[in-house]
Amino acid sequence: MTAIEEPGSAGRRAATSRTPGAAVHLLLTVLIWILLATMPLWIDRVGGYTNLATRVLVTGLAATGLNFLLGFTGVLSFGHAAYFGLGAYGVGLTIRYLVPSTLLGILVGVGVGTLAAVVIGFLIRKLRGVYFAMVTIAFGQVFYFIVYRWNAVTGGDDGLSGWRRQPLDLGFARIDILGDQTAFYYFVLVWFALATAAMWLLLRSPFGHTLIAIRENERRARFLGIPVEQHIWFSFVVSAFFASLAGTLYALLNNFADPHSLRWDKSGEFVIMAVLGGMRSFWGPLLGAAIFVVLQDYASSRTENWMSLIGILFVLVVLFFPRGVLGILGRRALT
Amino acid sequence: MTALRIENLSRRFGDLVAVDNVSLRVEQGELRAVIGPNGAGKTTFFNLVSGLVSPSAGRILFEDKDITGLAAERRVAIGLARTFQITEIFPELTVRENLRIAVEVAGGHRLLPWLSGAGAREVESRITELLATAGLAGKADGVVGELSHGDQRATEILMALALRPRLLLLDEPTAGMGDQETHDVAQLIRRLHRNQALTIVLIEHDMRVVFHLADRITVLAEGSVLAEGAPDAIAANEAVQAAYLGKAA
Repeated sequence: MTAIEEPGSAGRRAATSRTPGAAVHLLLTVLIWILLATMPLWIDRVGGYTNLATRVLVTGLAATGLNFLLGFTGVLSFGHAAYFGLGAYGVGLTIRYLVPSTLLGILVGVGVGTLAAVVIGFLIRKLRGVYFAMVTIAFGQVFYFIVYRWNAVTGGDDGLSGWRRQPLDLGFARIDILGDQTAFYYFVLVWFALATAAMWLLLRSPFGHTLIAIRENERRARFLGIPVEQHIWFSFVVSAFFASLAGTLYALLNNFADPHSLRWDKSGEFVIMAVLGGMRSFWGPLLGAAIFVVLQDYASSRTENWMSLIGILFVLVVLFFPRGVLGILGRRALT
Repeated sequence: MTALRIENLSRRFGDLVAVDNVSLRVEQGELRAVIGPNGAGKTTFFNLVSGLVSPSAGRILFEDKDITGLAAERRVAIGLARTFQITEIFPELTVRENLRIAVEVAGGHRLLPWLSGAGAREVESRITELLATAGLAGKADGVVGELSHGDQRATEILMALALRPRLLLLDEPTAGMGDQETHDVAQLIRRLHRNQALTIVLIEHDMRVVFHLADRITVLAEGSVLAEGAPDAIAANEAVQAAYLGKAA
């Protein structure tokens, strides 16, 4: 995993003694998992509720997925809401019209979102920087307008309702993730664990190393023989895969698919979360999502202008912690 | 087999002809220096050979295979590696991490989502071997961007070597270095050439390095080949002295 500092004073410290950075990171990971595993037990006491905890997880997964591309490949997508939203509508439409199965719905949602990313990623793999970002927005908006206009099937502006997540039937046991919010939280946590473990392992693999290489110096990556466009494409697909998964879970949480979940400003929220928490840190986007979601929940019941609070916080973080909240933890090695 | 054959290669940028109808042959195991005054088209020539820039006309043959239309990364994959005038490395990673990426790609692992224990051990032992080649073992865990210019350049050369190239292009390997660093890098290049029988083409401004290392020298001026020959012949060539050595002195 790599959370790299400016090659300044802190970087120099890390260079002479690597272990503290690694130890801090391990400690952080353990702490995060303890908090996530116990969240439903204490969230009420700190003024939250179980579904808020679930929303943190789901949103955190989307931001972590986006950050696979942004923080670890160095490519900015401003259109990840498209895959998040396709996942949401995929699961909603499947349960509503096809089969009342939560797991099948997830499969369809993730499949549709990933397939879209395979095609779009291929088309835009040669673009860089602001051009890449602009075209991802444009493609994202295409899906938004399809969903928005196709009233008869998607419910248009009203969103897709009239369906619910279904209890899990595992054969030997039946888990009521519909009625029991805590059960649903742990259902999401299992997906979150699988997804983050997969991304973590991938970033430590030779393939992950080539992505870091592209982020650090595209020209050198190419002159090591890495077909940069192909790797950016694959990274885009992996990233969108996890955003789609988050989208399916988000729709299941709300028993509702919202057309705004695939609009471009939703994409912007994921980027804000990643930058807020620290895009060079693996857990940064989760932290950013937690801050964002909790602040939104708290402030939006008091003022319509809750986004300006997020805006102020964002500006402060960017000014004082340019590498995000977790950026202060310093550099971590590529392993 | 000829390592590199260039046939009537040209590259225009608008009205400027940076490389003008250049033809040359580099034999297997040769160390060729390309020299010439600033603006002679040396770096453009390298960019053409390595695939960073495509030619306006002419052909490039690597080991008798026409690679003129081949993408840069494909040329690397078939054995043509290069370094740059301004060192291209991963400055925020350590020397070991820089090399690891190169070694993994060279091992054909670039798309692997995991690496077996045996595979990882092989990668590590190759890294150790490379570090020893340039005496960088002691600095392996230093962040490259914080090392001396000479060590950064050595890292870049090691990354190119990690790819097990059969032709290595070095663009001003000693540029901006002090005497000691220049000497160290020159010794490294000499060892690679001698011990690994590597074919090397290098652009160099430091004439001590050029005359110390090169088997043959090609002199470029205004995009064209002005002269080519053994170091002694080039040193004695009056046209070269007028165009290049004379100016430098």
